[in-house]
Amino acid sequence: MEKGGFSPVGLRVLVVDDDPTWLKILEKMLKKCSYEVTTCGLAREALRLLRERKDGYDIVISDVNMPDMDGFKLLEHVGLELDLPVIMMSVDGETSRVMKGVQHGACDYLLKPIRMKELKIIWQHVLRKKLQEVRDIEGCGYEGGTDWITRYDEAHFLGGGEDVSFCKKRKDFDFEKKLLLQDESDPSSSSSKKARVVWSFELHQKFVNAVNQIGCDHKAGPKKILDLMNVPWLTRENVASHLQKYRLYLSRLEKEKELKCYSGGVKSIDSSPKDAEVNSGHQSPGKSSFVFSGGIFQKATETDPKPLASASLSDPNTDVIMPPKTKKTRIGFDPPISSPAFDSLLPWNDVPEVLESKPVLYENSFLQQQPLPSQSSYVANSAPAIMEEEMKPPYETPVGGSSVNIDEFLMPQDKIPTVTIQDLDPSALSSMKLQEFSSNVTNNTEAILRSWELPESNHSASLDTDLDLSWLQGERFLANTGLQFQDYSSSPSFLSELPPHLWYGNERLPDPDEYSFMVDQGLFIS
Amino acid sequence: MDALISQLQRQFRDHTISLYQQGFLDDQFTELKKLQDDGSPDFVAEVLSLFFEDCVKLISNMARALDQTTGAVDFSTVGASVHQLKGSSSSVGAKRVKALCVSFKDFCEAQNFEGCVRCLQQVDIEYKTLKSKLQDLFNLEKQIIQAGGIVPQVDIN
Repeated sequence: MEKGGFSPVGLRVLVVDDDPTWLKILEKMLKKCSYEVTTCGLAREALRLLRERKDGYDIVISDVNMPDMDGFKLLEHVGLELDLPVIMMSVDGETSRVMKGVQHGACDYLLKPIRMKELKIIWQHVLRKKLQEVRDIEGCGYEGGTDWITRYDEAHFLGGGEDVSFCKKRKDFDFEKKLLLQDESDPSSSSSKKARVVWSFELHQKFVNAVNQIGCDHKAGPKKILDLMNVPWLTRENVASHLQKYRLYLSRLEKEKELKCYSGGVKSIDSSPKDAEVNSGHQSPGKSSFVFSGGIFQKATETDPKPLASASLSDPNTDVIMPPKTKKTRIGFDPPISSPAFDSLLPWNDVPEVLESKPVLYENSFLQQQPLPSQSSYVANSAPAIMEEEMKPPYETPVGGSSVNIDEFLMPQDKIPTVTIQDLDPSALSSMKLQEFSSNVTNNTEAILRSWELPESNHSASLDTDLDLSWLQGERFLANTGLQFQDYSSSPSFLSELPPHLWYGNERLPDPDEYSFMVDQGLFIS
Repeated sequence: MDALISQLQRQFRDHTISLYQQGFLDDQFTELKKLQDDGSPDFVAEVLSLFFEDCVKLISNMARALDQTTGAVDFSTVGASVHQLKGSSSSVGAKRVKALCVSFKDFCEAQNFEGCVRCLQQVDIEYKTLKSKLQDLFNLEKQIIQAGGIVPQVDIN
């Protein structure tokens, strides 16, 4: 093993999965591996936990499909901000998906169902990363360099030939390779144990400013950026690896920009004339802004947050709302909207205004389609197309909490989730009602199912009914199934002894309890 | 009492084996059982609880999304829920449910309404059937224990 005495025991793992079943199973499995486990049902919550305790986790395991945020996005954020190894998981093993994972920097991709033996060796990724960092610092020849360069090239080629470096050409990549390999003057190379560089917002701001200062015309190489940043303890390698991720991130934004049309709300931001200029003049995405799903904030203009907030109220679909949101953000990236640093940003910084709407729109549009009033009408057993159910209300209640005030969108997530539930209409969401609610849901479902006049449906409908009735009325359900195992099946009184919580008898709110349990776990990590 | 225990144990064994042989469960369920230990004696039951709750939620999502009276059917919404159910069912080894999700997903992608509705109904039946069969199994376990016996380890080949 390494001189640091690395041991897999106590590895601090953060598991992110919207599937409560998997979350529970993975937690158990990871605990059996003697890891220290924190579970999380929401990507945003995961980011919050990670940012809150920047050195609190060794590795992140995340599902690819999550309602609030694409797993790949989470992956990017984690990579950019925290440089933690991230393992992706999915029930889907399609080549394109796995490829996407690789492109976004996942250190592994696991297919569900996941086996113990796979989890037992995830520590290798943590160790590998540490070793890489050591090599980077010590400037140990080509090994450390190869790794990120290879990945860099991979991103370049696998990305379908798109120019990851928005203003660089192939020869510049080579130039940079040389830079990296030649660099030996790093004073911190003597230390073999390097603390992970955490890219706080301030640090990243400096980075971005430096990049912008260098501009598109020159080579924005790590050395130059480092010099401009003027952060004594930062090394060229730190900058280089961060730059790589940043470029990947920007290239993705660029792609999204091309794919999506601009949100109308963007116009309410100032400097739209500059937009036109920028768009025609530059193909490159704005280097100045660093967009996060949890809080878009890098407003290139000095717009006062208030107008933005009001803009958000009037136009809920716009992503203009993001900036005010981020002011309250609990994440490390809490930018002053009208920071003087932004004043010096070059024209193409306005592009990010547009850009920043992209990812936000991308992430939030799905959620913003949920009309809030549906909460109460839903309980009233109407059957409109309410999407919030799909959002798994216990997890998404922060979103559902307000369709207009997007600030609440993020805010409740800062609190313990149970509090979040209370933020909403209590009469609609007390656990009692939820029980009612599930029965109503069932009734709706059954009604819908029965209403379809398909040949098989008649037969199955009756069977359905039998099963439904039994399922709804717990104690009698077994008696109604009419299955052959009634020999030993006892009287209903015995059946009712079955702990109701084991099955559907969860008259409590299972999800928020689970969730707060998860959060508790997260907070418990020392 | 011993005769009763033996009988119960035999029934338990037979029932377990049949669940696997009839394709209701796969080896993931076996793995789940392995995870259960003294520290969490109800682990499997708890996980199954979560799964069946998820089934209810997801199926109602699908039903709503397939409800034409509310407007045009959004197959991608249905597909998203199907995908979630597929993931969920893979966690407990609900083999038949998972297999149904595969064809269900195909119907979603093909935007085949009738196919989707059929799948939805089948999925609904499947998970309920599985649920009641598993409930039988747990009942047997409980009876064995109450009779003073030990729940046998069933070797699935």
